[in-house]
Amino acid sequence: MTSSLYDRDIERDDRMVTRSLKIVVAGGFAAGKTTFVEAISEITPLTTEAPMTQLSIGVDNTGDVRTKTTTTVAMDFGRITLGENTMLYLFGTPGQDRFWFMWEELVRGAVGAVVLVDTRRLADCFPALDFFEQHQVPYVVGLNRFDGKLRHRAEEVREALSISPNVPVFPVDARVRGDVKRGLVELVTFAIAQKRAGRAPQG
Amino acid sequence: MEQPQPPNRFVRQFALTQGRARSVGTELALDTLVRRTERGVRAARGLSGEQLSIIDLTASPISVAEVSAHLHLHLGIARVLVSDMANLGYVVVSTSEIGAGGPDLPTLERLLDDLQSL
Repeated sequence: MTSSLYDRDIERDDRMVTRSLKIVVAGGFAAGKTTFVEAISEITPLTTEAPMTQLSIGVDNTGDVRTKTTTTVAMDFGRITLGENTMLYLFGTPGQDRFWFMWEELVRGAVGAVVLVDTRRLADCFPALDFFEQHQVPYVVGLNRFDGKLRHRAEEVREALSISPNVPVFPVDARVRGDVKRGLVELVTFAIAQKRAGRAPQG
Repeated sequence: MEQPQPPNRFVRQFALTQGRARSVGTELALDTLVRRTERGVRAARGLSGEQLSIIDLTASPISVAEVSAHLHLHLGIARVLVSDMANLGYVVVSTSEIGAGGPDLPTLERLLDDLQSL
């Protein structure tokens, strides 16, 4: 084999047999997104940052009123290697819901989303639910059991959040790998059902 | 993340890419995979800091997001660097075929099997 032929061969894009898939993990401030990712990721969750230069004035989740001219959007993510040639990435949504431009990119081509709900602060997940419904992204809702207790039952939460009857709503302890795995299985099962039904996911 | 970054960090990152915040051609996705090539390994001796680090990091495929995180580079900068290196043949990138509607049914079914056997 000559050197030039060899070069041409190894540069072909189709030599990259490994594929990636991604799942979005969303939820309000401190709903357990990074904990969820960490529980199942084979790597310590990493953070990628993108600068945001727009002027934004608002009240952040800690209740402080701030004026920012530049800020950085940070996303935590983890990875699971599946089989020989698939990498599944779990991306947590940026902590503040106003970074919609990053959400657009996160959901493009995604399997779907797991929305984590802190049952003490139900309304925190409204922006995420609205976003996924508008963008027709399959999502499931995990009620994170803080301290092992749930303040509301799944059906109460479904009603309170106006979640469609077919969308899975289930308790999850974001610290427990088995729970996280079950949550991901719920999502993929739901995404398959949506695809088979041949219609856009409805919220 | 909480501590303010020195102002020159951002400027320096842009200098790495000659001021470009966006890659030319196809935009690389967050989860686009990157792996070094033999040519990249051979060229490594002549490469600068970040490019050399990318060669070091990509013996096995990793995502653009991981490149960004490991090198503490903003995502847009990591995309430009990887894209340039792909154009030079130093790395290969995965071609994304997943559209806005998400992965196809066979892919989802395999994913389900894989997750269940984790």
